[in-house]
Amino acid sequence: MYRSHVLVCGGTGCTSSGSQQIINVLEEEISKQGLDQEVKVIKTGCFGLCALGPIMIVYPEGSFYSRVKPDDIPEIVSEHLLKGRIVKRLLYSETVTDDGVKSLNDTTFYKKQHRVALRNCGVINPENIEEYIAFDGYEALGKVLTEYTPEQVIQVIKDSGLRGRGGGGFSTGLKWSLARMNDADQKYVCCNADEGDPGAFMDRSILEGDPHAVLEAMAIAGYAIGATQGYIYVRAEYPIAVKRLEIAIAQAREYGLLGKNIFDSGFDFDIGLRLGAGAFVCGEETALMTSIEGHRGEPRPRPPFPAQKGLWQKPTILNNVETYANIPQIILKGADWFASMGTEKSKGTKVFALGGKIHNTGLVEVPMGTTLREIVEEIGGGIPDGKKFKAAQTGGPSGGCIPAEHFDIPIDYDNLISIGSMMGSGGLIVMDEDTCMVDIAKFFLEFTVDESCGKCTPCRVGTKRMLELLTKITHGNATMEDLDKLEELCYHIKQNSLCGLGQTAPNPVLSTLKYFRDEYIAHVVDKKCPAGVCKALLSYEIDEDKCKGCTLCARVCPVGAITGDVKNPHHIDKTKCIKCGACMEKCRFGAIEKK
Amino acid sequence: MKSLEELKAIRDKVKHSVNVREEDGDAIRVVVGMATCGIAAGARPVLNAFTEEVAKRELQNVSITQTGCIGICQYEPVVEIFTPDGQKTTYVKMTAEKVARVVADHIVNGNVVTEYTIGANTK
Repeated sequence: MYRSHVLVCGGTGCTSSGSQQIINVLEEEISKQGLDQEVKVIKTGCFGLCALGPIMIVYPEGSFYSRVKPDDIPEIVSEHLLKGRIVKRLLYSETVTDDGVKSLNDTTFYKKQHRVALRNCGVINPENIEEYIAFDGYEALGKVLTEYTPEQVIQVIKDSGLRGRGGGGFSTGLKWSLARMNDADQKYVCCNADEGDPGAFMDRSILEGDPHAVLEAMAIAGYAIGATQGYIYVRAEYPIAVKRLEIAIAQAREYGLLGKNIFDSGFDFDIGLRLGAGAFVCGEETALMTSIEGHRGEPRPRPPFPAQKGLWQKPTILNNVETYANIPQIILKGADWFASMGTEKSKGTKVFALGGKIHNTGLVEVPMGTTLREIVEEIGGGIPDGKKFKAAQTGGPSGGCIPAEHFDIPIDYDNLISIGSMMGSGGLIVMDEDTCMVDIAKFFLEFTVDESCGKCTPCRVGTKRMLELLTKITHGNATMEDLDKLEELCYHIKQNSLCGLGQTAPNPVLSTLKYFRDEYIAHVVDKKCPAGVCKALLSYEIDEDKCKGCTLCARVCPVGAITGDVKNPHHIDKTKCIKCGACMEKCRFGAIEKK
Repeated sequence: MKSLEELKAIRDKVKHSVNVREEDGDAIRVVVGMATCGIAAGARPVLNAFTEEVAKRELQNVSITQTGCIGICQYEPVVEIFTPDGQKTTYVKMTAEKVARVVADHIVNGNVVTEYTIGANTK
């Protein structure tokens, strides 16, 4: 029996900031100080506050240590774990108050959050099925198999109002009932864990922190539609998630929670893993199934929809990881409980991966309908260096931007579509005033050009032409006709592409054109980049009145473009200048200007 | 897995070992003085005895933590028990053997073991 548990985050974020080393040093130090029978170290999934990693939380006190270094460990062990004196200096500063330490749940980052899909992340050891069971794991599956008919299960999911968390927002219950209605000797349940949007990492974190929730939900789905086999399609770039899934599947089989005759109900269900090679298009459902079948991952036209003819031409349902993670909770707590959260047409919560120009980079889960302002300013801690919010990009390369004028819009599926963006998988990239919107659109287009599978012409050729036009704009060589051409091309690609990748690829351009057209015009007509990002449109100049002739800029210039005598104003040779900005950064007199 | 009962048996078996991770404002708090003076007087076996005893009885709502020196070093090992009604009881010169009785009488049945308290020992 252990009197204290030390939970260390083993998600990808904290692993890359060195949490495995922390665990090793911690275990060594604990046994050195003779506490190994009293204190247990547990590696968990993501806590969400990735910006502060490596993260460590000590129970029963609930003390939250952030940015832990190996050198801090001996002090934490001897002071806190042995003598019970919390090392306040090393705690997450927001939890330290004048009269003691406050709970993590009272900090601004966690206060407004409501964790459903992430409820076990950072709480349990994902490599131990018994810990999942201790937190009511597999009870929903047991309840469904022993008390519900498949139709009742589908009805509960329908009543809850759950919609797909992967992008489109299709009703999960409806999807299941369509697959149930199609008779076949074999049906399949698939999990889309091919998370490809730049900046989105909630599916990875759920698989790393709570893999059994996904397995349990897939088995429930299998029972509901009449399938006996499931597949999880996960990208090979997620090694920790893959490893934990392998462990979880093996443990579930060992406990008889996957396999034959589960809960003595006569229901058989098993799950196989399929690793993706990292093509973005394989997140599209038809391409994903083609890839599982062993072919090159390319989409095919719909209909027939997967619920009619999916994997190996059999009725198939495909849901996203986060969607599945909600299912066991809906069964246990009821459809009404789930439907009580969120907005009229978007129920429940949504996980967002916060990134970009924001203090608290990480994962947050909030009820649908929370405003962008609450997420950015309160939970996210605002924008660093006192800069101004300019826009947020949601939905990655398929989505669009939300400008400052919509800062107070309640975020749900329909509101985002009405302002020209989309939920996507929930990546939320915050941009400040130093971001050039044309450059951002170009960044996403570069991504889609790379990732277009090449099967259909509008996407293969169209996105390439769009990128060329955007490059022309950022180089200051475009005309107003080019801008019109770009917009027209967007509509063509949207309407004529085969799959979601092409159909949504122009969204970043269309939404930036809608809200930031003046920035495009500045690039085209004035040949200026207002944010000072597009290098071709910049020039650096030295203000002769301010320059003291200290020679520092001339010394840091990597190409020798700055000349001048000591104590005399210097000069930049614009033909040599590569616009790296090193001189401006170093100048102590503010004499160098970017124009 | 054959039945919900079998699942519940596993859950109950594991539940008390993960209880420590739940923040519960209504818990009875057992605080053991674990400063140098406490450790020297034998506070660690006392601390562990509380952990064992609470686990053995599968008690929920009990949190066991340590604290630093309270300032009455001659009475160590010192244990303070805070009940949700705001009452504080201070036990002194504790031993692992005395723990079983404190858990049974005080934590389970709500009767303070007066003879172990600081009041009885300073007279």
